[in-house]
Amino acid sequence: MHELGVTQSILEIALRHANQVEAARIKEVSLVIGELSSIVDDSVQFYWDMISEGTIAHGAVLRFTRIPATLRCQECGNEFPLNQRDYACPTCGSSRVVVAGGEEFYLESIDVDLAEPQPGS
Amino acid sequence: MTEKIPVVENILSANDALAEQIHAQLDQAGVLALNFMASPGGGKTSVILRTVQALMDEIRIGVMDGDIVEIDLRELAALGIPVSLINTGGQCHLDANMVHRALPSMNLAALDLLIIENVGNLICPAAFKLGVHRNVVIASVPEGDDKPYKYPGMFRGADVLLLNKMDLQEYMGFNVDYFRQGVEALNPGVAFFPVSCRTGEGLDAWFAWLRGQLDSRSAAG
Repeated sequence: MHELGVTQSILEIALRHANQVEAARIKEVSLVIGELSSIVDDSVQFYWDMISEGTIAHGAVLRFTRIPATLRCQECGNEFPLNQRDYACPTCGSSRVVVAGGEEFYLESIDVDLAEPQPGS
Repeated sequence: MTEKIPVVENILSANDALAEQIHAQLDQAGVLALNFMASPGGGKTSVILRTVQALMDEIRIGVMDGDIVEIDLRELAALGIPVSLINTGGQCHLDANMVHRALPSMNLAALDLLIIENVGNLICPAAFKLGVHRNVVIASVPEGDDKPYKYPGMFRGADVLLLNKMDLQEYMGFNVDYFRQGVEALNPGVAFFPVSCRTGEGLDAWFAWLRGQLDSRSAAG
């Protein structure tokens, strides 16, 4: 599986943004993952704990917001969960549907401890 | 004190940036690049062999193969075209970095068409951009007509879809309408070619589509 590479990307983005504000520690990383993306939360946290060691991100908690995959009917406008057997609209039966959600795959925010100002500096 | 820093950055942004660089490099060399994706045994290599045989007198073709062994590549190399192995070390997909590292093994100036054969897998390869111009997805009849429903990400990302092994349709009870309905919901209007690499059925339409892609590029360039 490819969770290690994905986790490395997440760490790199989190550290870059934390450094920009001169953070002392990253406490939490919020990720938004659509159901159509293929990663496993537990594996990402597992790799995170390994590869973040020695960085300000070590010990951070990864929070996953999962966005369900949904379809929108172009006939009646109904939005409904993408079911894995049949893509027709459950309300009007039309098969003119489009994907409305579930493709999200981004790092939304990080919670950081800002460095204490050094007295006298 | 703890503060929330907004980020909102695509997790694969580093891959995407490198893919854009590859794309620019290919454009500069005037090469059309295709990313072939399918399950193992779906017919990636068979379609590539057929395509190379049909077009090699008209255009210059090179193939890069994401694999762990050279079995498929030897067959292609026997046709006398440039080939290169992208050793994936068992990874489940190609990413922009692997392609970027392997690209210098190809003389782009001597090519019109670059075919990249991805790792056989219907899940992971769809998520990683390689910087190609078109994603080619090959499904095959024995896999079953429910694949668009089980692997939506792959079918959603296709620019052209081949349904291979049509010669087996009558034995497998494959419902092409059900298959297409799933594909259309995910990817409306995607180019679709039912083919059989064994009998040659339907391949001419695919070749014509590909010639069209090559022509519109040379007209634009």
